[in-house]
Amino acid sequence: MATTLAKAADGIEAVTHAARIAHVSKSFAGPAGQQLVLDDISIDVAPGEFVTLLGASGCGKSTLLNLVAGLDRPTAGTITTDGRPALMFQEHALFPWLTAGKNIELALKLRGVAKSERRDRAEELLELVRLKGAYGKRVHELSGGMRQRVAMARALAQESKLLLMDEPFAALDAITRDVLHDELTRIWRETQLSVLFVTHNVREAVRLAQRVVLLSSRPGRIAREWTVGIPHPRRIEDTAVAELSVEITEELRGEIRRHGQH
Amino acid sequence: MASTDTTAKDPGDLAGLEAGLDALETVHSGRRPLRQTLTEKVLPPVVAVALVLAVWQALVSFEIVDDPTKLPAPGAVWDVVRQAWLEGELLGYIWTSVSRGLLGFFFALLIGTPLGLLVARVKFVRAAIGPILSGLQSLPSVAWVPPAVIWLGLNNQMMYAVILLGAVPSIANGLVSGVDQVPPLFLRAGRTLGATGIRGTWHIVLPAALPGYVAGLKQGWAFSWRSLMAAEIIASFPDLGVGLGQLLENGRNASDMAMVFEAILLILTVGIAIDLLVFSPLERWVLRSRGLLVKG
Repeated sequence: MATTLAKAADGIEAVTHAARIAHVSKSFAGPAGQQLVLDDISIDVAPGEFVTLLGASGCGKSTLLNLVAGLDRPTAGTITTDGRPALMFQEHALFPWLTAGKNIELALKLRGVAKSERRDRAEELLELVRLKGAYGKRVHELSGGMRQRVAMARALAQESKLLLMDEPFAALDAITRDVLHDELTRIWRETQLSVLFVTHNVREAVRLAQRVVLLSSRPGRIAREWTVGIPHPRRIEDTAVAELSVEITEELRGEIRRHGQH
Repeated sequence: MASTDTTAKDPGDLAGLEAGLDALETVHSGRRPLRQTLTEKVLPPVVAVALVLAVWQALVSFEIVDDPTKLPAPGAVWDVVRQAWLEGELLGYIWTSVSRGLLGFFFALLIGTPLGLLVARVKFVRAAIGPILSGLQSLPSVAWVPPAVIWLGLNNQMMYAVILLGAVPSIANGLVSGVDQVPPLFLRAGRTLGATGIRGTWHIVLPAALPGYVAGLKQGWAFSWRSLMAAEIIASFPDLGVGLGQLLENGRNASDMAMVFEAILLILTVGIAIDLLVFSPLERWVLRSRGLLVKG
């Protein structure tokens, strides 16, 4: 499914992956000279894997996602992805001059899908996110949860092998967010997408992911990684989810505390 | 992936939950009932106009202004309008000006749109002519009439030139500010969907900039109409046909105050009518379809 990429220069043998982030650093020009935001980040996302990037403010998690999406270039290191990844933002980023269905069709059109197929494909995708009948709805007529689901359908329309999500549920109320966690898990398992999901919410990270990567802040470095073996379906209130969350939260708090000490 | 320690849920459960949430959170936007439109939107301006007419009539009736060459009675102005209508000339005056105005505006649209896009998207062009373009907006278009007469003579081309010089900056500037106000998020979203270069401009930038562009068109029309009236008043020439501006000038030359009032009222009415019939509905449609029009 994913192309095999040999990285001979790094001395690594051929590995299949949806995304490979290898020794990536990023600095921006700040008031005090060059400011290092990401420092030597290496993450591989396997085909079909769900990885969450967890970190406090200033860990550069959104910066990293922008790099993977190709919206920005790393200062050092390389990023290879299997095709162009799809990206979902915290804001739905749907185009208000188009209906829900036409938003999805625009993604299809830009991907080169024939006009005759677009309508059917858009309806299918809306059905996948359980918004059958929302085709002709304007963006402002949809609730926050519905908008994010249309945004998800639009991202899925790109048929990328990798879906990047930048805190996509952070602006939603708790009940809606919980429902969308279930939706995302269901869709991820149905489509066998690889997901790289950025969040600052520990429970969310544990609930969704197969692997949680904790980033330290200023600069962002990989602090620790956990493999989450809790079987699906998971609930936010599951004991296993809670226990791992407590452990990760402790670690995260430790990382944050270090910044107050100097 | 069998569930052991978690509560099993059937998929229908989630679907039902979601349907419930969607129903609870969806806002229903209906249209305003006709009666409410009448009392809230139509009645106030009608009352205002009636009030102005009443004051005008009172000034004449109570002989507060007792000089028909200074202030004619509303009835006298109405008689002049009626006379022009009965002689079949009224629509001719209006059409002469409106056809000029709309044609000029159409050309201004053809020039102003690509110009605005160029200024908005090409840094060098913006630095070069952006300030001049916005500066031109504050130049009264009547200032262009003397040079236009010298360059082109007393003819229709001169009128169109004046309209263009008045309207093109408005239209171009409207598009520039529309493009500037496009949320960066839309551009990023567009890029991740593969809309870059010309496709990005066509699918993302232009539609996103439409509200600013339409506001520019509206202002462009107001400028077109004003420029044209200035040109018609200053450069009246019998061979050009009598438009509303010439009508006003003819009234002044004949010291016929009723005719002057007739011309002013017609100029005002046509300007408002075009705005109400063309540009306001266009603007409302653009804003409403994006949920940007707050009801009430």
